[in-house]
Amino acid sequence: MDAILLQILNGLDKGSAYALIALGLTLIFGTLGVVNFAHGALFMIGAFCAVTVQRILNLSYEVVDETQKDFLGNPLKVKTSYVESWFGPEMGGAIIDWAVPIAILFAIPIMILIGFVMERGLIKHFYKREHADQILVTFGLAIVLQEVIKYFYGANPIQTASPEALSGVANVGALFGTEIFYPVWRIVYFFFSVVIIGGIFSFLQFTTFGMVVRAGMADRETVGLLGINIDRRFTIMFGIAAAVAGLAGVMYTPINSPNYHMGMDFLVLSFVVVVVGGMGSLPGAVLAGFMLGILEAFASMNEIKSILPGIDQIIIYVVAIIILLTRPRGLMGRKGVMEE
Amino acid sequence: MFGLDNKDTRLLLVVAVLTLCAPFILNPFPTDSAMAQFNAGYPDLMQRFVIFGIFAIGFNILFGLTGYLSFGHAAFLGVGSYSAVWMFKLLSMNVVPAILLSVVISGLFALLIGFVSLRRSGIYFSILTLAFAQMSFNLAYSVLTPITNGETGLQLTLDDPRVLGVSATADGSIPVTNLFGMEMRSTFEMALGPWAFQFNAGYYLCALILLAAFYLSIRIFRSPFGMMLRAVKSNQQRMNYTGLNTKPYTLAAFVISGMYAGLAGGLMASMDPLAGAERMQWTASGEVVLMTILGGAGTLIGPVLGAGFIKYFENIFSKINDHVLHSWFSFMPDGLEDFVVFIIHPFIGKGWHLTLGILFMLVVVFLPGGLVEGGQRIAKWVKGRKNKDDSASATKTPAE
Repeated sequence: MDAILLQILNGLDKGSAYALIALGLTLIFGTLGVVNFAHGALFMIGAFCAVTVQRILNLSYEVVDETQKDFLGNPLKVKTSYVESWFGPEMGGAIIDWAVPIAILFAIPIMILIGFVMERGLIKHFYKREHADQILVTFGLAIVLQEVIKYFYGANPIQTASPEALSGVANVGALFGTEIFYPVWRIVYFFFSVVIIGGIFSFLQFTTFGMVVRAGMADRETVGLLGINIDRRFTIMFGIAAAVAGLAGVMYTPINSPNYHMGMDFLVLSFVVVVVGGMGSLPGAVLAGFMLGILEAFASMNEIKSILPGIDQIIIYVVAIIILLTRPRGLMGRKGVMEE
Repeated sequence: MFGLDNKDTRLLLVVAVLTLCAPFILNPFPTDSAMAQFNAGYPDLMQRFVIFGIFAIGFNILFGLTGYLSFGHAAFLGVGSYSAVWMFKLLSMNVVPAILLSVVISGLFALLIGFVSLRRSGIYFSILTLAFAQMSFNLAYSVLTPITNGETGLQLTLDDPRVLGVSATADGSIPVTNLFGMEMRSTFEMALGPWAFQFNAGYYLCALILLAAFYLSIRIFRSPFGMMLRAVKSNQQRMNYTGLNTKPYTLAAFVISGMYAGLAGGLMASMDPLAGAERMQWTASGEVVLMTILGGAGTLIGPVLGAGFIKYFENIFSKINDHVLHSWFSFMPDGLEDFVVFIIHPFIGKGWHLTLGILFMLVVVFLPGGLVEGGQRIAKWVKGRKNKDDSASATKTPAE
């Protein structure tokens, strides 16, 4: 029982990342009809937003402290970060400590801006072209983005710590009367993703803007004929999708130190997730994301690995292949959309 | 000649001359000159040109003709490499059985993957092939370690059986790959004045195989089979409505291109007998896609050009560093020199992939036909200008 609960928890945090990226991919595909291979790169850029914020907060200057001497008797140089000198050591220290959550505020406008530029500058010209062309050009863009990041931040993973208060482990099992210790940050990540997903869904469901977007997803031409500038709304949706991917990246940094090719690693899996969920289906993407994350966690249990060695490496792909061949439109895809 | 029309014969001959004289053509600068770093005429790089050329030709048979974009072709290359190395370990160091086995095994592998993947088309096909390739890559890294030797990669050792050969040479080292006794690494060097040309046995083997592969691809392009594949690309639905089952054709194309990839993998292992799983990663599949698109998908010569272009600049660009740049721009005033070097710096050396990515995007956006289309446009432009001159003078003459 404990083992099962632990695996479900393990699956949830990876599944949340898959679900968030897949949700963004589906938003883009469902609205603009574009297959975006650069989405993993957006996730990666989000992660590097967190790195940047942390570096900015840690900017410091040196002061000579006369009260402290080193072993030669010279006054010691002490580094003080600007934040600490502005807000006092306690408040400043707390701000630096909470760099990753603060990065969320910083990442949202940046990611939306990147999304706008990407859509208006490049993807706009590819609506009418084949899916293969869209894949190719966004693949090229992904390479460029990742090389730019590599140029500025180097090729090594950069450790980014979560806030001290959230970096320990918590006894999750207490809820069920057992003892399961689990890193707090991963639980935070799960709830964060639930909030984001809930936010996106209620935005689409309960606002007029969302209603128009949904109408546009169902029938773009008719909405256009009604005199609504659907293109502009879709551009905004692209920005939102980019922001979702970026936020997924920001919050993922304490779990996995960001490096420049993390986007590519996630991209393949999140495409598989989208296909399993059904192209263009938002609930499908979320469901498939969590499902595959949990399946992967279960497959990496030793008991299962001893029966089917290596299953943890391929389970997602096996599921994807089976789904694609037996249920062409995925778990929750709409009938007739991208079924051929 | 060889059942080709004049135009194709000319193309084949041009490719033949280019590949066979490559040691000269790629070595235009004297060894000691400042430009010597642009020489590409050393065996290792030339072998890579032709091997990736073969890989791209094969990929083009699938993508260029049928329009099915496979993102998992590197898996076949990896399988080919592994089977070739196993042949070296178990049978003998002769490359012929190794290459044959790698082609056969990768063909079978392609048959399996193609049979499943080709049930879907478009984006789903891309993702299915991607999933299969990632699966093979992950398996090669983990469970299949007894066969693939995991992260270390499969290598030859001194206690391999090698039934038809020797486990170790007389002086106790691992024997080298050979073609009936001719060592693949043997290189004949010719010094001609300040130039030094290298003729490598392995390169010439690869070059001959490239020519055969290129010839075969011309024949496929011109055959009724190739016509059928093109029809699939232009409108598969119409083919289905006329009552034709396109599956056998696309599957055949998939298997052929998988065998080409296996051949390339086998050759790669023959030149340097080791095989690693990273050859199968999906970014490696992406590379062959880049080569084909950059050169011109669907054209005969495009993929070879693209492969040569990418491999050449990958090697040469990555060698240029700031020091070299400074020496180039030393004629400028100091501030300007530093500025120019600063601007160019991100694109050279380790930044080569950035250049490649930008170039690739530009090609997809502006030149969907790749380098070949670029060449054709320039040719047309030049011709058009000439014609305009002619017509301009032609209109003048009657007036006189």
